[in-house]
Amino acid sequence: MSTVRLLAVFVENKPGQTARITKLLAEARINIRWVTIASSGPFGVMKFLVTDPDRAHDVLKHDGVMASFLDVIPVEVADQPGALQAVAECLARDNINLDNTSGFVANQRAIVIVETHDTERAKALLVKQGLRVLSREELLES
Amino acid sequence: MSPATIDRAYWKPEEETLARPALETLQLDRLKRTVARVGETVPLYRKKFEQAKVTPGDIRALADLRRLPFTTGADLRESYPTGMLAVPLDDTLRLHTSSGTTGKPKALFFSRQDVDNAAELIARSFVATGMTRRDVFQNMMTYGLFTGALVAHYGAEKVGCLVIPAGPGNSERQLLLMQDFHTTSIHLTPSFALYFADILDKRGIDPRKDLSLKRAFVGAEPYTEETRRKIEAGLGLRVFNSYGLSEMNGPGVAFECQEQAGMHLWEDHYIMEIIDPESGETLPPGERGELVLTTLVREAMPILRYRTRDITSIVDGPCPCGRTHRRIQRITGRADDMLIVRGVNIYPQQIERILMGVPKLGRNYLIVLEGLDEMTVKVELSEAGFDGQLEHVVALQNEIAGLLRAEILTKPKVDLVPPGTLPVSEGKAKRVIDNRKL
Repeated sequence: MSTVRLLAVFVENKPGQTARITKLLAEARINIRWVTIASSGPFGVMKFLVTDPDRAHDVLKHDGVMASFLDVIPVEVADQPGALQAVAECLARDNINLDNTSGFVANQRAIVIVETHDTERAKALLVKQGLRVLSREELLES
Repeated sequence: MSPATIDRAYWKPEEETLARPALETLQLDRLKRTVARVGETVPLYRKKFEQAKVTPGDIRALADLRRLPFTTGADLRESYPTGMLAVPLDDTLRLHTSSGTTGKPKALFFSRQDVDNAAELIARSFVATGMTRRDVFQNMMTYGLFTGALVAHYGAEKVGCLVIPAGPGNSERQLLLMQDFHTTSIHLTPSFALYFADILDKRGIDPRKDLSLKRAFVGAEPYTEETRRKIEAGLGLRVFNSYGLSEMNGPGVAFECQEQAGMHLWEDHYIMEIIDPESGETLPPGERGELVLTTLVREAMPILRYRTRDITSIVDGPCPCGRTHRRIQRITGRADDMLIVRGVNIYPQQIERILMGVPKLGRNYLIVLEGLDEMTVKVELSEAGFDGQLEHVVALQNEIAGLLRAEILTKPKVDLVPPGTLPVSEGKAKRVIDNRKL
């Protein structure tokens, strides 16, 4: 199963940064499927799920932008009460911490994106629990 | 047997291990003679003595040194070309100059005795690092007006080494000489040392197996402890720190012995003081301040209380090597760069040393002072410094603030920024922006 990688971008926390980065991606015809932006004092980190992370990385690097990859685990859950809890409890039982997590529901699909220090172990546990961990293709070609 | 034919731990043990009281008596005697001589022969000192209302007869103890006026770099430049000579020009043997980045250079004259004394201190220093007459010394410094290469050359000859006056550059030829003549000791700039290590690496030459190198004397440019370790690893040898300046005969004013724990400053040739660069007051041993040097045996151009502008401190206590001459720490900055933040004296080099020791940081940084004494250290992350996690960058930022707090005793704000964000200056980088409204 191919891993799902986010492109994480390190930028100064000042006006115009999101516009600058997304312009570079747009000009390279790279589609953004999911994004979070967080800031802390002088800097911020943008995380993108894009159609072609390697090319996106090259495009940003070429322009002197600092970018790195981040492995995440997308889990498809039922759009009903207790769905996120099932994921959280599965990982909690093995003492795996959720670093950053976000989720959304679209077209009756509920997807949780989990970031953790222990990606491989977390993935194995979720699969064993019968949860639906998505591959890159399954996530992007929906 | 002449001294050069005997291998030993000391060059001249009677001078290097002279008991402190005898050493201080010698210093006082030499100081009195120096002061009397410049008072007679150098108009600049005659004038300075008058202004300070001091006469050579006032020097009765070493503590009276403080009554004497300072000599500054500006004094030397204004006395260019021959204003500070204490002997007739015919009695001089050699001229060196100190490279001034602005304006006139400083002219430094050596008598025959001065040339020999300078070489004597180099011989003493080299032997302290373990060098013997069986060593092969490849001198990779620039020969010329600059003191470094020639003074070291004469000193190595005094030790009795085979001396190869290679000069700088031409790595191919340097390597050939090293291989064919089994060079054990080299003298070069830190930047050339790093470059040369890179050349060896690219050639697949392992200096530990393929060369005979044992030690390097690295100088003429400031370098950090981290750079020293890099050179040692890359060239498979030990790097010995040294301190010198053209105004004081060039290299060999202070040198590390095999203990490598501070540099012995040769106190039978120089008197050292550490002063507060702002007030000019003498600081107690161990405190960091500006190094002030007085020549004790120089003939052609004696200099009293020279403000080196170099910041260091005296290492307390005796050295296990047995030498009685006190040691100074590596130079940690220039007095001209000193900042006073919340009443604390801070040198940008202290901050630089901390930042350069953190692999996750890049080489570019900027110290910004604003408002009422608020200090922000902006530093670029290195490629290895970002793994995609915001939290890790925050943690690194806090860690660096803590490291800086331990070094400069005040906690600055640290801003980590992406590479390429800070202004890049050509040549000497501008590291401090002071916008304080005090």
